[in-house]
Parts: sequence; structure tokens; C-alpha cells
Amino acid sequence: MPAWRIAAALAIVGVAFPAIAEIPAADRKSGYDFMSRESRAMQDDDTANAGMLWVLDGETLWNRHVGAEKSCAGCHGDARTSMKGVAARYPAFSPALGRPVNLEQRINICRTDRQQAKPFAYESKDLLALTAFVGRQSRGEPIAVPDDAHTRKFIDRGRDAFTRRQGQLNLSCAQCHDDNWSGRLAGNPVTQGQPTGYPIYRLEWQNLGSLQRRLRNCLTGVRTVVPALGAQELVELELFLMWRARGMPLETPGVRP
Amino acid sequence: MAARALINVPPKAKRGEVIGIKSLISHEMETGFRPNATGQLIPRNIIKEFVCTYNGVEVFRAEFFPAVSANPFVSFTTLATESGTITMTWNGDNGFFATESVAITVE
Repeated sequence: MPAWRIAAALAIVGVAFPAIAEIPAADRKSGYDFMSRESRAMQDDDTANAGMLWVLDGETLWNRHVGAEKSCAGCHGDARTSMKGVAARYPAFSPALGRPVNLEQRINICRTDRQQAKPFAYESKDLLALTAFVGRQSRGEPIAVPDDAHTRKFIDRGRDAFTRRQGQLNLSCAQCHDDNWSGRLAGNPVTQGQPTGYPIYRLEWQNLGSLQRRLRNCLTGVRTVVPALGAQELVELELFLMWRARGMPLETPGVRP
Repeated sequence: MAARALINVPPKAKRGEVIGIKSLISHEMETGFRPNATGQLIPRNIIKEFVCTYNGVEVFRAEFFPAVSANPFVSFTTLATESGTITMTWNGDNGFFATESVAITVE
């Protein structure tokens, strides 16, 4: 069946049945659980997981003196202890900016403010490497973005974006990832869209990529206006997705087909 | 940044045992067929050859072509014969060269 017919069928399903509520904690599944045995083996073995190539590069960058001759390690010391659990709590509210920032943005804030160096471009090898390295220190830690007075408003905005129908296909994220996650779309599992392994090494990309890159993929798929990398609405959507995946273990760097 | 390689060889094996060897290297494997933003072809930049030697004896060789994915992962088996060193080398376009060695103890 061509993809447009499946999409049309999904849209009809969405019309026919009211939206199903949030996936209960016991039914939450990482993208890992939808993968083939071979892909899982790739993620599980650090010498087969291509994401580890970026983690190793990130470790080098962590110790490199840049800008004002400061390294990440100069302030934060050994990442294995200082960064443990950090990635599981991002995007986090920045009091200085009055809005949540994701891990990539946080790294760039450190880079410009503390190291007085040029920020990395989104999706650049260096930014992905540092993000993967920091994320790796939280592997196995439960996702726990704070749900408090500061973040609540932004989580709600992310939820609005998640449940809002958009694009020429008039689909919301929730119609696939809450209501039809056990189905398949053009032969591939729909999945729940849990952001458990970012940045991920996606075999299709032959590269490491951020959650925002993945979100932009889906948004292109429903043919809507795709926000630029780093856009506030994408950060809010990231925040909502991490809140939605609360309690699930982080797998960074994940491997996905 | 220089090429990163990850290799997985069992540190210990029994004599005569079949051992699995896995290797992964960072490389863009640019095919030479893709145009850039201005329509010019991006020059080919691939790894052309991968060789594995066990105490100097070649046990595995592979030729790579443009259709091989970025960051190529190669998995193969060999017979554990004696203690020593397993060395892997990758050669490619633009003088690309990388090598990794690991020790193995055979009892």
C-alpha cells in the first residue's frame, strides 16, 4: 500500500475514534523494543555501536582548551561523575533566559559564556560529539525532567504541539505515537516516539543526529512548516517528550534503523 | 579529528577455537556520485581496502566500494592459533591510512 494511503487511513482512524489518553507507564516502550535483534545487538555492544565513535570524539573535546584557554573538564572535572544523570534532566529551565534549553544549547551557552569560544553549529560533528559524550554518562539513568512551576508552562505548550493536527496530512504526533504505536507505517513500526537514546546513530542517516533532526523528519512527513533547528517550539516539544518518557532509562548513544 | 576505530577481539581464547572479530571505523565514505549545493560532484573519498593480520599472517581482506556505508562495520571469524597480535589496517582515497592492534592470549 502506498504511504499516502496508509497516512489517509490513519487520518480516518483518528476521525473515527476519540484520541486515546497518554500511554500508561507499564506500556511505555523505547524505540529499542521495536528494533530487530541485529540492531539491538549493535546498540548493546560498545564496539559495534557507531555512536561510540562520537562519544570518543566528545571525550577529546571535553578535555580540549579553547577560547579563554578553558576546557569543559576545567570546571566540570571528570564527566563520569559530574555529568552522571545530567542528560536525563534536559531540556532544563534556564533562569537567565527564562525558557528551557536543550543539552546542545546548554553546551553552546557554556562555550560562549564560560569558554568564550564560538558556539558549535546545530548538527555539527563537534556538537553531536560533546552531546553524545555528556549523554553517555547518563546511560541507564531514569529520564527525569523537572515538572515544576518553571517548566510546567513549557511542557503544556509541548503537549499542545504534540496533540495539534498540522500539515497537509492534518495529522498530530499523538495520532500515530499515542493511538497507533503498535501499528506499522510503510512496513516500519510506528513506535511510541520515546526520546530515549538521543543523540542516536540512525542507520538510515549513516550519521549521528539529534532529537530535533528526528522531529524535523516527522514534521516534513506530515508536510507542515518545519521550524529551524534550535527553535523554541522544538525545544518545548523535546521537553514534553522527555516528560512523557519520565522514568524510562536513557540509552545514549542509541542505534536506530 | 583523526579516524576513530573500535575493534573487538576476545582477549583470551583456546587453541583451535573459532573467534569472532569485529571492527568499526569512522569514515564518511563519500561515494563520488553526490552533487553539492552548487551542482558539482563531491569528489570520491572512500576506504578502499581493509586487511587483518594475525602475527603477520593475513587472515582477512576486504575491498570496499562506493556502496559501502559510512562508518563501515566489518565482522568475521578466524582460528585462534597462537598468542600474539591481531592488526587491522584501512587504506583509502586521499592517502587515508589507519591501523589498530590488539593482543590475544591463546592457551
